[in-house]
Amino acid sequence: MNASPVRAENLAKHFGRTKALDGCSFELPEGSVTALVGPNGAGKSTLLSLVAGLAKPTRGEITVHGTAVRGRMHPDVSLLTQKRPLYDQFTVRELMRAGAAMNDRWSAERADEVLDLLAGVDKDAKVRTLSAGARTQVAIALALGRLPKVLLLDEPLSDLDPLARDETLRIVMTDVAERGTTVLLSSHLLTDLGDVCDHLLLLDEGRVQVAGEIEEILGDHGVVVGPAGLDLDTDGTVVDSSHTSRQTTALVRGGSAPEGFQSEHPDLEALVMGYLRASRTRRLARR
Amino acid sequence: MLSGVIEFRIDRHSGVSTYLQIAAQVKQAMRMGLLGPGDKLPTAREVVEATRVNPNTVLKAYRELEHEGLVEGRRGMGTFVTASLATDATKADAPLRQDLDRWMDRAVDEGLSADEVDAIYTDVRGTHY
Repeated sequence: MNASPVRAENLAKHFGRTKALDGCSFELPEGSVTALVGPNGAGKSTLLSLVAGLAKPTRGEITVHGTAVRGRMHPDVSLLTQKRPLYDQFTVRELMRAGAAMNDRWSAERADEVLDLLAGVDKDAKVRTLSAGARTQVAIALALGRLPKVLLLDEPLSDLDPLARDETLRIVMTDVAERGTTVLLSSHLLTDLGDVCDHLLLLDEGRVQVAGEIEEILGDHGVVVGPAGLDLDTDGTVVDSSHTSRQTTALVRGGSAPEGFQSEHPDLEALVMGYLRASRTRRLARR
Repeated sequence: MLSGVIEFRIDRHSGVSTYLQIAAQVKQAMRMGLLGPGDKLPTAREVVEATRVNPNTVLKAYRELEHEGLVEGRRGMGTFVTASLATDATKADAPLRQDLDRWMDRAVDEGLSADEVDAIYTDVRGTHY
């Protein structure tokens, strides 16, 4: 079957008058690792909970490997939420037993494997005594024990120190290498995403701004620099521009470098920053 | 471990994409004779464990090398080196290399820094090539 692991079509989620998502369409290729980025309030967490089936869309549809997600947890999807709700009073071992009881498909071996990775987590320790890194590892063990085909991670790195961040990404990447898992992860830590993600999904104001393979996207954009006062004459789209008394710098999508400007391709961080800055400018202009 | 022949070092600030760095390091190891025909490249999983890169990136690097006719992916077995880039002159026991090794020993004895050594090397190379 060649149905895409995750496909969203014209997805909308409204909370009262607030449109968290509005007309959102995208597709994730099998085995890809996609960075979900966007300013706070762009709809990232809403999107992840819709894909997981924890919330129902107002409009549109999501399919996972060809079957529709309809307001209940899809068996092929695991979601690691930002808050990592774990039972603090349980030991790690008890929590894994709960995982086995609550899931139709459960691999105790896989969960154990994840717990034993790296320094290993003490299975007799109470969950509340664990470090932030170990808590994350336990939460990932719960998520991967379900043997998901699609793994969703909402800000998995936010409260971790650099070592725990590195190790968390290693565990996730190992699952991709071994099982071909499709991963969608939201994060603000752009430098950490650079070499673990191959695809990008950039959300802003409930809509998809940019989607696709990172290398292609970067190749389609240019950071152009030229003297101030010179016209930014390009057949591409100017995403964002800034000016000093001497210089004009702009992020341009498509087209060739404008006359008199020097152009080079942005890295992921520069690209995302350009879009985020443009988004803020638009919002400020509406006030 | 047999597959532990080479380890990739990823420079995350070089601006060179990760897959090109991996491909370049395989070629460098082949030129030095560290990797030769029949040798198995580390699996994506092994590379991921050692360096935290996306396994798809590793596979992309291997595909690139395959495209250049240097390696071959065998289904379910891994990726194997099929060509040789090593010449007698670049091998570890080559006379020219040993001369340079002795020269470098002297440089260390005389207290030269790596930067100074690089400057001398670049300068001398420039006058000949």
